[in-house]
Amino acid sequence: MSVLVGNDTRLIVQGITGREGLYHAKGCRDYGTKVVGGVTPGKGGTEIEGFPVFNTVKDARAATGANATMIFVPPVAAADAILEALDAGIELIVCITEGIPVLDMVKVKRVLPDYPKSCLIGPNCPGVITPGKAKIGIMPGRIHLPGSVGVVSRSGTLTYEAVGQLTALGIGQSTCIGIGGDPVNGTSHIDALRFFQDDPDTSAIVMIGEIGGSAEEEAAAFVKAYVTKPVVSFIAGQSAPPGRRMGHAGAIISGGKGGASDKMAALQAAGITVVESPADMGKALAERMRK
Amino acid sequence: MNIHEYQAKELLRLFHVATPDGHVAQDAEEARQIAKGFGGKAVVKAQIHAGGRGKGGGVKFAKDPDTAADLFKQMLGMNLVTKQTGPEGRKVQTVFLSDPKDIAKELYLSLLVDRGSSRVTVLASTEGGVEIEEVAEATPEKIFKVIVDPALGLTGFQARQICFDLGLSGDAFKKGVVFLLNLYRLFVEKDCAMVEINPLILTEQGEVMALDCKMAFDDNALFRHPDVLALRDLNEEASEEIEASKFNLNFIKLDGNIGCMVNGAGLAMATMDIIKYHGGEPANFLDVGGGATEEAVKNAFRIILQDPSVKAVMVNIFGGIMRCDIVAAGIVKAAKEIGIKVPVVVRLEGTNVEEGKRILADSGLNLQVADGIKDAAERAVASVR
Repeated sequence: MSVLVGNDTRLIVQGITGREGLYHAKGCRDYGTKVVGGVTPGKGGTEIEGFPVFNTVKDARAATGANATMIFVPPVAAADAILEALDAGIELIVCITEGIPVLDMVKVKRVLPDYPKSCLIGPNCPGVITPGKAKIGIMPGRIHLPGSVGVVSRSGTLTYEAVGQLTALGIGQSTCIGIGGDPVNGTSHIDALRFFQDDPDTSAIVMIGEIGGSAEEEAAAFVKAYVTKPVVSFIAGQSAPPGRRMGHAGAIISGGKGGASDKMAALQAAGITVVESPADMGKALAERMRK
Repeated sequence: MNIHEYQAKELLRLFHVATPDGHVAQDAEEARQIAKGFGGKAVVKAQIHAGGRGKGGGVKFAKDPDTAADLFKQMLGMNLVTKQTGPEGRKVQTVFLSDPKDIAKELYLSLLVDRGSSRVTVLASTEGGVEIEEVAEATPEKIFKVIVDPALGLTGFQARQICFDLGLSGDAFKKGVVFLLNLYRLFVEKDCAMVEINPLILTEQGEVMALDCKMAFDDNALFRHPDVLALRDLNEEASEEIEASKFNLNFIKLDGNIGCMVNGAGLAMATMDIIKYHGGEPANFLDVGGGATEEAVKNAFRIILQDPSVKAVMVNIFGGIMRCDIVAAGIVKAAKEIGIKVPVVVRLEGTNVEEGKRILADSGLNLQVADGIKDAAERAVASVR
């Protein structure tokens, strides 16, 4: 078993006829994911690079049995694409699109509880990968190694950094989840931690946090109450000055809140190994697993 | 994106949110005329995108039109230093005059998108005119919070609750409710990220008005608000940051001397962190983004090197979508066109890394190719010692 994505995944790509959408549809297929088609309104009935194209997610699901979607629709229509996927009953919705207006996501988040069988990852995220089985996203597959460490992060390339370190040490990953850098998103750190704790194939967890908000403090409380597996963490933005937004829409220290030191202290108090240097994530996990 | 107080108040008026009469003056004579129009007295307010203007001398009361004209002359072009501008201050390029009001009570009101609830949240307090963080610290019971369901919008009962919490009554209560409902409509229709009204005033005459207003918009939503985008004031943004945004680079200037070029916001922060961890100081945050071109990489390098305090550069690329060979080609191009006179440490990993390293090696340039993020940071820090 693995988390979210695996051999049973049947993936469609919303926005498959766009440059990015098509490129990554092929990337996922090359990695071994069953990519069963795509959706572009108005291009239904055509085919692109061997992928059948449908007008609606509903049509695509009916024809292909798709249970997962990867969204590359531009920001202006991306929230609507998520709503369409929810309405069609898609179980796993991975939204890669960056730059969705936050009030659009506020509406999406409002209706998510109405679809308890669906899980939204992102937006503004690299996606999800179960190494050796399937990937839904834009991450480079080759840096991963099948194994038992779950990785969760808001950041794409910083996740690659963590994965790269693990793989270099011969430590494989069960599933890596990029939850995205936006302030309002679907799956949270806590959701991901729960997936990993409940997954028999995951034996340890790397959680990468960053400045801004209070998700890391909440995750710390959750780990203390629920997670028995070893957790290693790094908080990005220890050196960031207050009041400046560091790229991600949520990464800002404001009003004395969201700073790295408070988050690191909360994580440590919950029994999590917190590394100060991002170069030590792999090493620290290896040490925790030896214990 | 932030806008000036005078622009925010124009938007408030457009949405029928009460605010004192006010105008921008172009010259001292116009300032005098505006004050006359208010009956002689005026509040003269320097317009910069930073708080704490009053304490910095950017908000002054004029008792007559001549004083208004004098204050206008003093303020225009002055370098205003406040708690939020940093020691270098900000040059005042616009001066706004406001009709003075007899204030009975100063209150606080703000709307923002709250990450915790993932919804628009209204914060109100009976303690206005001071920093809300201080109120939250000292007397949290004086802060009131209402979370808005996006499907319903701010409801009547919620608006009434806030006005009761603020201690409004009678006619002022009714005006407060209208004020809130209209302000929420503005927030949603214009895709605001934050609106702060501090102070919200109750006048001796029973009016409820926005005496000051800070307004920030969601950058991701500006595509559907050309009218808001037109309010952008480039004078308020650092020139390198404007330059960087032309090439879709996310750049923030910092105080150190090691320039950073990184792909991805998280890794860019982590790169700053590891430089600091090894005893160095980052000169900037720079995220070249996921799909940067050779041209964007070249320009990123140019922007980093424009800063005279930069004594070394650390390039940290973990290629996913971004290909290492493109990064390498951009670095080589930058070196040839601009000339690089400081040590450059390059760490490449991921997609097409071998090709990228070959391009760097073949260029004949004096670049240090690092093995991993730690090695890169150590080399960069060592090279500025």
